[in-house]
Amino acid sequence: MIEGRILKVSGPLVIAEGMREANMFDVVRVGDAKLIGEIIEMHGDRASIQVYEETAGLGRGDVVISTGAPLSVELGPGLISSIYDGIQRPLETMAEKYGANIRRGIDEPALNRDKKWFFTPTASYGDEVQAGDVLGFVEETPVIRHKIMVPPGKSGTVAEIHAGTFTVTDTVGKLKRKDGTVEPITLMQKWPVRRARPIAEKLPPVEPLISGQRVIDALFPLAKGGTACVPGPFGSGKTVVQHQLAKWSDVDLVVYIGCGERGNEMTDVLREFPELTDPRTGKSLMARTVLIANTSDMPVAAREASVYTGITIAEYYRDMGLSVAVIADSTSRWAEALREMSGRLEEMPGEEGYPAYLTSRLAQFYERAGKTVCLGADRRIGTLSAIGAVSPQGGDISEPVTQATLRIVKVFWGLDSSLAYRRHFPAINWLNSYSLYRDRLTDWFGENIATDWIAKTGEIARILGQESDLQEIVKLVGADALSPDDRMTLETAQSIREDFLQQNAFDGDDSYTSLAKMYALMNLIFSFDKKARAALALGADVSDIAALPVRERIGRAKAVPEATYQTVFAEIENEVDAALAALPKGGTV
Amino acid sequence: MIREYKTIEEVAGPLMLIKQVDGVKYDELGEIELPSGEIRRCRVLEVNGRNVLVQLFDSAAGLNLAQSRVRFMGHGVELPVSEHMLGRVMNGLGEPIDGGAPLPRDCCRDINGTPMNPAARHYPSEFIETGVSTIDGLNTLVRGQKLPIFSGSGLPHAQLAAQIARQAKVRGTDEKFAVVFAAVGITFEEADFFISDFKKTGAIDRTVLFINLASDPAIERITTPRMALTAAEHLAFDCDMHVLVIMTDITNYAEALREVSAARKEVPGRRGYPGYLYTDLATMYERAGRKAGSNGSITMIPILSMPEDDKTHPIPDLTGYITEGQIILSRELYRKGFLPPVDLLPSLSRLKDKGIGVGKTREDHAGTMNQLFAGYARGKEAKELMVVLGEAALSPIDRLYAKFADAFEAEYVNQGFTERRTIEETLDLGWKLLSILPRTELKRIKPELVDKYYKGE
Repeated sequence: MIEGRILKVSGPLVIAEGMREANMFDVVRVGDAKLIGEIIEMHGDRASIQVYEETAGLGRGDVVISTGAPLSVELGPGLISSIYDGIQRPLETMAEKYGANIRRGIDEPALNRDKKWFFTPTASYGDEVQAGDVLGFVEETPVIRHKIMVPPGKSGTVAEIHAGTFTVTDTVGKLKRKDGTVEPITLMQKWPVRRARPIAEKLPPVEPLISGQRVIDALFPLAKGGTACVPGPFGSGKTVVQHQLAKWSDVDLVVYIGCGERGNEMTDVLREFPELTDPRTGKSLMARTVLIANTSDMPVAAREASVYTGITIAEYYRDMGLSVAVIADSTSRWAEALREMSGRLEEMPGEEGYPAYLTSRLAQFYERAGKTVCLGADRRIGTLSAIGAVSPQGGDISEPVTQATLRIVKVFWGLDSSLAYRRHFPAINWLNSYSLYRDRLTDWFGENIATDWIAKTGEIARILGQESDLQEIVKLVGADALSPDDRMTLETAQSIREDFLQQNAFDGDDSYTSLAKMYALMNLIFSFDKKARAALALGADVSDIAALPVRERIGRAKAVPEATYQTVFAEIENEVDAALAALPKGGTV
Repeated sequence: MIREYKTIEEVAGPLMLIKQVDGVKYDELGEIELPSGEIRRCRVLEVNGRNVLVQLFDSAAGLNLAQSRVRFMGHGVELPVSEHMLGRVMNGLGEPIDGGAPLPRDCCRDINGTPMNPAARHYPSEFIETGVSTIDGLNTLVRGQKLPIFSGSGLPHAQLAAQIARQAKVRGTDEKFAVVFAAVGITFEEADFFISDFKKTGAIDRTVLFINLASDPAIERITTPRMALTAAEHLAFDCDMHVLVIMTDITNYAEALREVSAARKEVPGRRGYPGYLYTDLATMYERAGRKAGSNGSITMIPILSMPEDDKTHPIPDLTGYITEGQIILSRELYRKGFLPPVDLLPSLSRLKDKGIGVGKTREDHAGTMNQLFAGYARGKEAKELMVVLGEAALSPIDRLYAKFADAFEAEYVNQGFTERRTIEETLDLGWKLLSILPRTELKRIKPELVDKYYKGE
């Protein structure tokens, strides 16, 4: 055991001497309170340690002990529905045992050591197994079958395997390695958070991650295994977008990382998710959610670790062949944590005080996402999608974190405060947002939803672009100067914005829209546009068309429940026909 | 064990370096005894071998390197807490300055507090009726929320904060409440405005005041808000009171922080503020809330003046990322004489959705709120267009929106600092104004509610 003594304390940074034997990135325990820290630099026998807890009360000469192991997470049954801090300490257990505030030096195992799980083996005696091969499973929640896999780097023959109820540390079987040594198999394994878990092969993503959010699925879709970012100034609805994605995305598991954000927001997720049902499985959303909460008042170094903790857990479930989404809110706070540690280490700063390695660290994080062939003989396929919120200072996306992120991610959902002020939610700006997955996903949408899905959604983007050009003219000379056709375009664009893009996250029926209903809603708006233009050609007046009461019904169509929308939309179509037919037609054709 | 050192090596700005020190801990409180016998206080910022860097809370004037002594107290900066604090006035270091008896020291708390476990928080959802339409109707405040007021020099933020403190109540309850007020580097007059207002309404007996005036030492401003929050935590979570914390002005706090950071030659973030400003502000703001095991709550209204009315300045910007919304005051409305001049479009309460609706306010609250916002935004756009092109260029519907926006500002926003409107009055006023618009425009309200409340033709 390596034992050193503190030389210097400056905020979350501690320098200890007598640490020559320690490894880089080893976890250490600091002082009498045994605070958790990690070695981030070595100079001779001096180790720079970032401490994951408040360092008040530490002084020169206090003991630092190295645990000899890097910062790791425990992976096994019991992760789902839990809420952890940035270094995977179970917050609910801590609240029960130690009260409502987080004291220092608490050491609680991440996975409950007493809870018993029923293990069903699928491998049998004498089987030759490799890393990643499935040995059996545990029904972790009603929706997740937790596969127990051979940990990376291990292989051999199954020498023993038992069905039954076990805790995560019990031996459920034995693995005989080539060299004759026998190794116990447990339900739990450990993995260092800063290393990506190994995979067999990476594949290009070709399937959409369906979020039920109209502006996302129709205009700026994300692929399963893809990466996206949501930058926006405060008050533009970043968190609501992230929560909506966590709620409705059609993935098997969501890891939600609250990184340096508000405590109440995490509490909200924690209280709300158990009561919501997943539209795909009909079970509680909490049964597919893992929460990591390192709120803004919790120590800054643990915030830096939280995104790695989260993505490692996500990789573990991906290795089972599941589709997983990691949602990090917000990567800017993580970057600030990097900046703070960098400043304390007296490193030469890059832009705005951020360290020069900001971009490469961000890239490393997002590159852990992807569609992959997992380790294991069955070559199962898993996906890991990463969605990061960015909180640019002053809403100015030219700042380093946003710019570094944009160079990596493929989807950009740019939130706009002027839309938010008008209460246009989600406030995703349709003019500057983009998705580089649209082309890859064309085939999937064509085969599974409608052949003209991409054409129709492209048309939406075109009309909105046209609207923005026309608005320039209206601002100069007024709407009267436009041709009836152009005025109709403005009307349709307004309808697209208000009746299609706007979506109320707090309305039961509007919060989630299936792709089929989305397609029907698009058609409803386009069909009105087409019929209205026909009426215009016959001499009807644009103002009369704009004032038709049936437009209010189109406006409310988005909140029609999934079960009845087909009948209701058909009714509206009929009403449109009747209303347009009844319009006075002026002039000659 | 009290250790005393006469080895002061350097004094520069608010910082002092002491050599050959043993056994001193990070963040420990120290006392400096001047040759005259005067005592000043300091706090450990860095321990580096046997060198200790401390931050002085007071000026360094009169400090003598050779003869001054430094004693370390063996604990951090603490505040003695008890219910006796109510009605008392303290300075930024928590010492009574009202001439009254010293406070009992049997229960001392470290002023840095400890982070609240998010798993032990209760989500704030109890509606607070402030009697101000723009807040109750559109930016609803709930118990345990932190809702700052973003103001500018010369705007009446103090009046609005005092109005909230005076009028706020949770309907149908009669629970113990208290106000904790922290004056951070503000002028005597502004502090006096609050104190007289509390006296006038009799709230002073239920108030704890921490006063650091503009003339007091700037570095003391770093501890003032934390003193106030430590007092608030005791009252809320140990005495089960509902505490309203008003802190003004956070900009002065951030400047004190910048002063220390600059003296330490740290790498600055934006505009010279330290890179850890976000984290530092968060450790204050996040102390608001409700938690398991206690019936009390801390509701926080920090006030900050935006330099040049610029919302993207680091202080309002970082605050907005931490707090649960913001109330922004508008110079334009203030010039028009509309009080309180709340600039509604950029204002927001993030926690409103769980605090309104059936059983809390009224069934039509959410819908009318969205409709009023959308209508006001569109009306303002129409008015801008009108300025450029003249009224004739507007469509009939846009003309109605422009009329709506004007009426909305004159009646809904403009209520003065003395009128108290119940939530029903606020909602009914909303409907009265919405009735300017044709029914078909009210797409954000459920049809059955429009049937019930709409008053237009």
